[in-house]
Amino acid sequence: MNDLTSLVDWSRAQFALTAMYHWLFVPLTLGLSVIVAIMESIYYKTRNPHWLATTKFWMTVFGINFAMGVATGIILEFEFGTNWSNYSWFVGDIFGAPLAIEGLLAFFMEATFIAVMFFGWKKVSPRFHLAATWLTAIGASLSALWILVANSWMQYPVGMEFDPHQMRNVMNDFWALVLSPVAINKFLHSVLSGWTLAGVFVIGVSAWFLLKKRNTAMSIRSIKVAGWVGLIGILATLATGDGSAKVVSEVQPMKLAAMEGLYKGSRGQSIVAAGILNPDKKVGDNQDPFLFEISIPYGLSVLAEGDPDAFIPGVEDIINGISISPQGDTINNISYAERIERGKAAHEALRRFDIAKSEGDESAMLLAHSDLKKDFDYFGYGYFDSVDEAIPNIPMTFYAFHIMVILGGYFLLFYIIVLLLVYKKQNILKGNKWLHLLAIISIPLVWICSEAGWVVAEVGRQPWVIEGLMPARAAISNIPTSSVIVTFTLFAIIFTGLLVAEISIMLKYISRKSKETID
Amino acid sequence: MTNLIRRIIDLYIDGFRNMTVGKSLWILILIKLFLIFVVLKLFFFPNFLNSNFSSDEERAQHVRTELINGNK
Repeated sequence: MNDLTSLVDWSRAQFALTAMYHWLFVPLTLGLSVIVAIMESIYYKTRNPHWLATTKFWMTVFGINFAMGVATGIILEFEFGTNWSNYSWFVGDIFGAPLAIEGLLAFFMEATFIAVMFFGWKKVSPRFHLAATWLTAIGASLSALWILVANSWMQYPVGMEFDPHQMRNVMNDFWALVLSPVAINKFLHSVLSGWTLAGVFVIGVSAWFLLKKRNTAMSIRSIKVAGWVGLIGILATLATGDGSAKVVSEVQPMKLAAMEGLYKGSRGQSIVAAGILNPDKKVGDNQDPFLFEISIPYGLSVLAEGDPDAFIPGVEDIINGISISPQGDTINNISYAERIERGKAAHEALRRFDIAKSEGDESAMLLAHSDLKKDFDYFGYGYFDSVDEAIPNIPMTFYAFHIMVILGGYFLLFYIIVLLLVYKKQNILKGNKWLHLLAIISIPLVWICSEAGWVVAEVGRQPWVIEGLMPARAAISNIPTSSVIVTFTLFAIIFTGLLVAEISIMLKYISRKSKETID
Repeated sequence: MTNLIRRIIDLYIDGFRNMTVGKSLWILILIKLFLIFVVLKLFFFPNFLNSNFSSDEERAQHVRTELINGNK
């Protein structure tokens, strides 16, 4: 492993570790805040003290989770400045503006309304308290919006122009950024997946109460609310996942091909429901990509294009720039080899710009800038010597995608069964310990599903930090690999310790409450 | 106005005073914030461009050189 690869890999590993750690808390905050708000709304309407007790229990759990997640995201911003300084500079205000809005929203909305939510029960009117609870939930989702807008721009850079004087991308269309199809789908998909996750969490904890035969009525009440929130969440997550697939097919076809382990595409392309990839398969050879697969005919064409006859390109088609029109004609798009060539031309133009700038030659600068603009869309490809470098890790993307989809299907079934039982066969729900255990086991599974979704999104778009413009290798700071290894290790040790301590506080609270009568 | 500010301050003071679960959690949060903002930020996560260059012009030039040289 050479030094550059090592530095890139360690920087990526550190960012992945921090982001995945942060995402342990975020979806539960997003979903549980809505569940708590609904419970409090029922209390506000009915004035039933049992609903108040239920609301207060889950609100405390929400508070513990919120506290656990406090400031974990800020480490990502530190890493941008230390490990990813080329990237941080290159993105300019495009990343800065949404993050600044997020910071303000997160601080003012959450800090204000969370305080009222926790401390205001006897200090403000019930109506004001309920409003604060809802505003906390809305504030959490709005905070997520701006982070996801920034992430979406990295996947689909729009609404900006590159300025070689500043060496930054300058935003010229804020709304193109916010309303890009990637941002809209990503926001809805991520936030609503939080509802799914929180629903499973609440049902799992309630199942544990049922297993212990304590607080049965509260558990049933909780399961009803969490069941509906979760069902809506999973249905909407599936729908937005479908929307995401269509957008990915359009703007990141390589990611879609990696998600499906598709090397050579076809019209009426089937989708792999489950399969084992052939580990010896290489791009361009004639080996079967799968050792084993179960496919659904026409599935991928329908998923990606909404047309069972549509052509879906595989990795090799994308590299070669081959596509097929709805009429069956072969279309030659720009191949990866040509993209690399044009990327190198863009680098050359920037080099000329740099020389002209140092010599103060305005006309040469203008000419170089004009040449740079022509090929700027392929700027990132100029860092590659071979097309293989532009292909993501296919096995990791494929397996993460299929784990997410299979677990997503399981959770749809889970919610349907739970809701049927809680309304029609409550005795079975209360008394069957296997169901309780299944619900408890589902808690870690829903986190695996949620994290797998981010693995698909982030590994599937490699090698890019900004699609087409900047690969990871160009984005990193010129720092020693050893310093990244030190901070990686430090972060892993400190935050694992904190996580264990924080989870134990949550478990102790839940355990203590299982011995008390909440309802 | 003064009354409103007083009530807001009371909300926080009484809230923190009457916390049950929150106390051990707040200790952990304070430890975490100390580790993040004092230990990690100050000693391990300096802003590379801000600490090595004094003006935006220099930072832009550094990034331009880095991106032109590409493979490093």
